[in-house]
Amino acid sequence: MFKKFALSAALALSVAAPGHAAGVSGEVINFDFSWQGPFGSYDQQQLQRGLQVYTESCAACHGLRYVPIRTLSDPNGPELPEDQVRQYASQFQVRDDETGEMRDAEPNDHFPRSQLEEAPDLSLMAKARAGFSGPYGLGINQFLYGTGGPEYIASLLVSYTGESDTQAGVTLYENTAYGGYLNMAEPISDGMIDYADGTEATQEQMAQDVAAFLMWTAEPKMMERKQAGFTGAIFLTILAVLLYLTNKRLWAPVKNRAKKD
Amino acid sequence: MSGIPHDHYEPSSRGEKWLYRRLPIVGLLYDTLMIPTPKNLNWMWIWGVVLVFCLVLQIVTGIVLAMHYTPHVDMAFASVEHIMRNVNGGHMMRYIHQNGAMLFFAAVYLHMFRSMYYGSYKTPREVTWIIGILIYLLMMATAFMGYVLPWGQMSFWGATVITGLFGAIPGIGEGLQMWILGGPAVDNAALNRFFSLHYLLPFIILGLVIVHIWAFHTTGNNNPTGVEVRRTSKQEAEKDTLPFWPYFVIKDLFALVVVILVFWLIVGFMPNYLGHPENYMEADPLVTPAHIVPEWYFLPFYAILRAFTSDVPIVIFANWISFGLINATFFGVLAMFGSIFVWALMPWLDTSSVRSARYRPWFRVFFWIFIVNFVVLTWVGAMPAEGIYTTIALLGTTYWFAYFLVILPLLGIFETPQTPPETIEEDFAAHVKASDKSEDGKGPKPEPVPAE
Repeated sequence: MFKKFALSAALALSVAAPGHAAGVSGEVINFDFSWQGPFGSYDQQQLQRGLQVYTESCAACHGLRYVPIRTLSDPNGPELPEDQVRQYASQFQVRDDETGEMRDAEPNDHFPRSQLEEAPDLSLMAKARAGFSGPYGLGINQFLYGTGGPEYIASLLVSYTGESDTQAGVTLYENTAYGGYLNMAEPISDGMIDYADGTEATQEQMAQDVAAFLMWTAEPKMMERKQAGFTGAIFLTILAVLLYLTNKRLWAPVKNRAKKD
Repeated sequence: MSGIPHDHYEPSSRGEKWLYRRLPIVGLLYDTLMIPTPKNLNWMWIWGVVLVFCLVLQIVTGIVLAMHYTPHVDMAFASVEHIMRNVNGGHMMRYIHQNGAMLFFAAVYLHMFRSMYYGSYKTPREVTWIIGILIYLLMMATAFMGYVLPWGQMSFWGATVITGLFGAIPGIGEGLQMWILGGPAVDNAALNRFFSLHYLLPFIILGLVIVHIWAFHTTGNNNPTGVEVRRTSKQEAEKDTLPFWPYFVIKDLFALVVVILVFWLIVGFMPNYLGHPENYMEADPLVTPAHIVPEWYFLPFYAILRAFTSDVPIVIFANWISFGLINATFFGVLAMFGSIFVWALMPWLDTSSVRSARYRPWFRVFFWIFIVNFVVLTWVGAMPAEGIYTTIALLGTTYWFAYFLVILPLLGIFETPQTPPETIEEDFAAHVKASDKSEDGKGPKPEPVPAE
């Protein structure tokens, strides 16, 4: 039975459905992101730029089906004003649950699903990909640099070699971060977007911005989580010190007696 | 309880006496909490309390998660994302539950290794050990089914592989597998029953934990020397022991808080480090992941399962002698269940009358090789089953079985153990004096605390 699995796994790989293989064999660049480190946080401007890249470039094929549009105005996110969120939502068409008819999306709706069947949903992509691993399956690189999902996304977007290959009528494009050929053509290029905040839209800038935005869609509560981790750690440290002293005090007479005997 | 002479609960007020005649529950709690505990327990005796904490933590967070989770193949993945995004504190609840399972297993392994090192499983504590193994098996079943619930890629394919193991049993296998899954493949019926059982089993574990505690309260705790508490009189027993409250409660609480601190840092700052990224992809029966790996705590047994390929001599032999009934897959399944079975039989496989590894020079060597081997098996379980890795897995598996079936029985005969101290009191005093001296050497003496 395992042979069967090994076979189907090998088959799945050789067919190379794009983006399905989480094990990454290519070269991933270790970008610096603002949220890294225990005190790092999302860069609101960057998330807004990333949203713009997603909307103008990725959304044509890829969806964000698990992300409610209203969360764009949540704290620690892109923090768009609510009227802008309403306006932003209205560009998407969704099927109404009650009437069954298509209508403009509202903030309470989720982002649409992927438009193309073979384009994976991006809501959780930054957590579903491992940019760093090993060496030898020991997990040391993940420990030092993080799992590397957003780094992988940004690397993928800047690592097209320009080579392509047509097999059975499908054109595949070589990408060094992917570590082979995938069937998404180079999606972003220099100057493709006019950033609302005037930042120069180089390919690398856009790649990092959209990777940051996708990290936020995958982990919108990261700041709250780190805050809880930090506060909890302080309280637990204090409690541990108090209990250590209590324990020392409690056992002192017992140990003194043992010393005298 | 515990056969160690000590003071028992005496109801004093009228109300207490009234209740005591009808239900002696206060006395039961008192005796449980005040159990005479060997003075010389070291820091490896804290894991039991950590484990109780884990069980309660998992039950509490699990009940809350179940309020928001939907066990349906079309909605399970989305409902977990709903918990992560929309439920107040849901993201923390889920990360605590997910990493809590890992803490649970880390603690249970350390707890079992401690028992192995100090011979806690030996007579008269065999029943405690066996119940412990049962708890461990139920933990594995619970964790496995819990991992299926988020309905990610690894959930689905892990469930497919593991339930497929039952299908490898000759004759009844396929029917059994279908009965377990409620259908020909992992689907909505399987997800529903896994959710139901995932909710049920922790309470059975809770019941067994109570029996586990009852059992070792009957025999008394083991301790680092493996020497029994003197039981001839209360005075003598009191020289070897201290009541659990407050001495060990405070000590264990301190250790527990330190463990929780480390746990909390993982939950807060790297909650996905020990998980698999693939599980953030929704389950897709049409796409098989490149490497199907279980969570880290199952990896040693996964390595044993995969160690036996059809070109291993013992597999070829088993195949020949059983007229082809036992193939490589079924052999692997037998080896995996067998590896835990021999572990359970340890009290009867170990022939040495000396409990603690402190006084068993050769046992210590083989024990530490066992630990290193366990780590190697964990690592190799995560690697692809090909090339050098299958050889390493096979060597590790061989040592696993040799440790229980050959080394433990023979060591008792060939090893000359050293003499343990006469009493626990002696050991405790020696340790206090030794640590006192080492503290003298290090720096200024701590402020003396007046003896009461």
